[in-house]
Amino acid sequence: MLGKLRRLNRDVPKVALEESERLPSAERRRFLRNGLFTAGGAMVGGALAGIAPRALAATQYPPEIPSWTRTLGAGVVTDPYGVPSPFEKEVIRRNVPWLTADKVSSISFAPLQHLKGIITPNGLFFERHHAGRPEIDPQLHRLMIHGLVERPIILSMEDLQRFPSVSQINFIECPANGGMEWRGAQLNSLQFLHGMVSCAEWTGVRLSTLLQDVGIKPEGKWLLAEGADGAAMTRSIPLEKALDDVIVAYAQNGEALRREQGYPIRLVVPGWEGNTHVKWLRRLEVGDKPWMQREETSKYTDLMADGTAHGFTWVMEAKSVITSPCPEMPLRGKGIHQIEGLAWSGRGKVKAVDVSVDGGQNWQKAQLREPVMSKSLTRFSLEWKWNGNPALLQSRVIDETGYVQPTLAQLRQVRGTNSIYHKNSIQTWQVNADGSVVNVQLS
Amino acid sequence: MFSFHKSSGLFATTCCGILLASMPFVASAEQAGHYGYGESATDEQIAAWDIDIRPDGMGLPEGSGSVDEGMAVYETHCASCHGSFGEGMGRYPKLAGGEGSLDQDRPEKTVGSYWPYASTLWDYIHRAMPFFAPQSLSDDQVYALTAYVLNLNYIVDGDFVANKETLPKVEMPNQDGFIWDDPRPVVNNERCMKDCKGEVTVSDSAEGKNLTPSTTGPLDEGITE
Ligand code: HEC
Repeated sequence: MLGKLRRLNRDVPKVALEESERLPSAERRRFLRNGLFTAGGAMVGGALAGIAPRALAATQYPPEIPSWTRTLGAGVVTDPYGVPSPFEKEVIRRNVPWLTADKVSSISFAPLQHLKGIITPNGLFFERHHAGRPEIDPQLHRLMIHGLVERPIILSMEDLQRFPSVSQINFIECPANGGMEWRGAQLNSLQFLHGMVSCAEWTGVRLSTLLQDVGIKPEGKWLLAEGADGAAMTRSIPLEKALDDVIVAYAQNGEALRREQGYPIRLVVPGWEGNTHVKWLRRLEVGDKPWMQREETSKYTDLMADGTAHGFTWVMEAKSVITSPCPEMPLRGKGIHQIEGLAWSGRGKVKAVDVSVDGGQNWQKAQLREPVMSKSLTRFSLEWKWNGNPALLQSRVIDETGYVQPTLAQLRQVRGTNSIYHKNSIQTWQVNADGSVVNVQLS
Repeated sequence: MFSFHKSSGLFATTCCGILLASMPFVASAEQAGHYGYGESATDEQIAAWDIDIRPDGMGLPEGSGSVDEGMAVYETHCASCHGSFGEGMGRYPKLAGGEGSLDQDRPEKTVGSYWPYASTLWDYIHRAMPFFAPQSLSDDQVYALTAYVLNLNYIVDGDFVANKETLPKVEMPNQDGFIWDDPRPVVNNERCMKDCKGEVTVSDSAEGKNLTPSTTGPLDEGITE
């Protein structure tokens, strides 16, 4: 039976169903139930669509003993590298096709509405590539460090791992996160509005360790980081920051970096624009001036209403958003709800988060969940009794520098509507009487 | 470190506490060459990988290219995406135009209207274009393309020849349009808790705009425009 099931599961659901036709009726029922969870979503959505799913599922409720309790499950190393339950198949990164010309220079958004805690699973971390995701053989990959240094070197990935390692939990946010909303409310989804932020535990070598080992010449003031992708992505970073808390990371949440996150190595520049965290890092050059690369002149500069632009706006200012409820996670009925969300600041720790249910007229202090760490996502929550009336939910973060997250109106007044980047204003969710949640903007 | 014996874990803690205090090698990590890992990079290796160009011309190689030469290369390798006049095809970026639009409602940020330095153009075309075949052009071709794109933006005349002497001297129209000192925080809200504003008005809603791809089911390829 086990052997048979395994073979069947590899077949397309339709074939599996036909095969089940040949089983004795008791066996067949068991097979179908088993199929529901072993072959998972594919069967539910596909071949079993004809059978009312509720009727099938109902047979697992008390007083019925569920079928998975009365059979054996899959053995160890059925998935040598574990994958999520097929019932979680909708929890995926998604893109907005109309945003970019193609998927090679594009963005995908993390499904924040489904994520718990503060760590983003490696397979769901948002992606931003400028020339696609390269496939790099770590045996052949090298990191060159040169320029105003005493001892220019080339490091293999093995060399790099011999240095003392550090681990730190940091968020990475694309400065264009929410950038589609400067002029008005467009997208009705937490994932697409705020999903260009993710958070992981990064492990690697402190850049200061590497730079001190090659010896920085006194004239050295800037660092250029360059990727090995088809965009040969580059950003200039002042040495002061480079020597502070930047790391050359080779691991993410305990395993090697994912390819989408820069495998085999990337820069992690805590609290700064995602674009500075150069992925697929191949070169670090020390110089005495910035290089004024395309990604720090044409892009990642903020155009103000008067036509002037601000450059080198590296820090991601404090931001927060309610993740539950949200357009994807409406309220199901009146009564007690846990309002939950995420807050972060590129300048340090989150000090407090306030929540309003009346569009910012009155605020209540939310609870911060441990751990609260510098330049990391922080989760907050507030218990709320919903009486079923329409409401306007907002969250507002205060970071350890005392900075208070601005309203959209305040931000627009100073920055206009053309700056694309750094839109860290308060998000408003309109809760309708039926519990549905809509992205709105207040004047 | 995993240990099946609880007591040995305890031992390790006490032992290392003492060891650390008496071992001097941790401090010397500050000195150059302490680890000395990796191989030294030769001049030839550095020259091959060091492709960045600075506004002062540092990094520009030998070679040259004229506007005329650039036109031919551009038609072959660039026009399909960026348009013959740099007007941009579909959603591919515009490379020309947009003068005087930066303070308008719909600004057009192009090489001519926005870019502060001509060196960046050489650097970027060389490292990243043409999109499907980056780093496939010769230095002369990149010089020629740089000259041509500058000419499309009326920044240089038709007889301009780009090389490592002429390019750093090109003044871009928006050179002074940038502030390179981050002025933020420029907006700082007040942390008011009670009766913070009189009236709350919803000015815009995403509902019914039909711009949001589906966040359930498989990837939504639907809304492309
Ligand atoms: C297949 C389409 C395609 C071709 C062909 C192509 N480009 Fe591009 N180009 C792009 C895309 C896409 C981008 C934006 C890349 C990104 O998102 O980082 C771009 C960006 C640029 C930019 C920067 C625009 C800005 O304002 O930041 C320049 C300059 C440029 N290309 C020049 C060229 C030149 C010169 C050629 C010919 C050698 C060329 N391109 C060929 C697609 C193309």
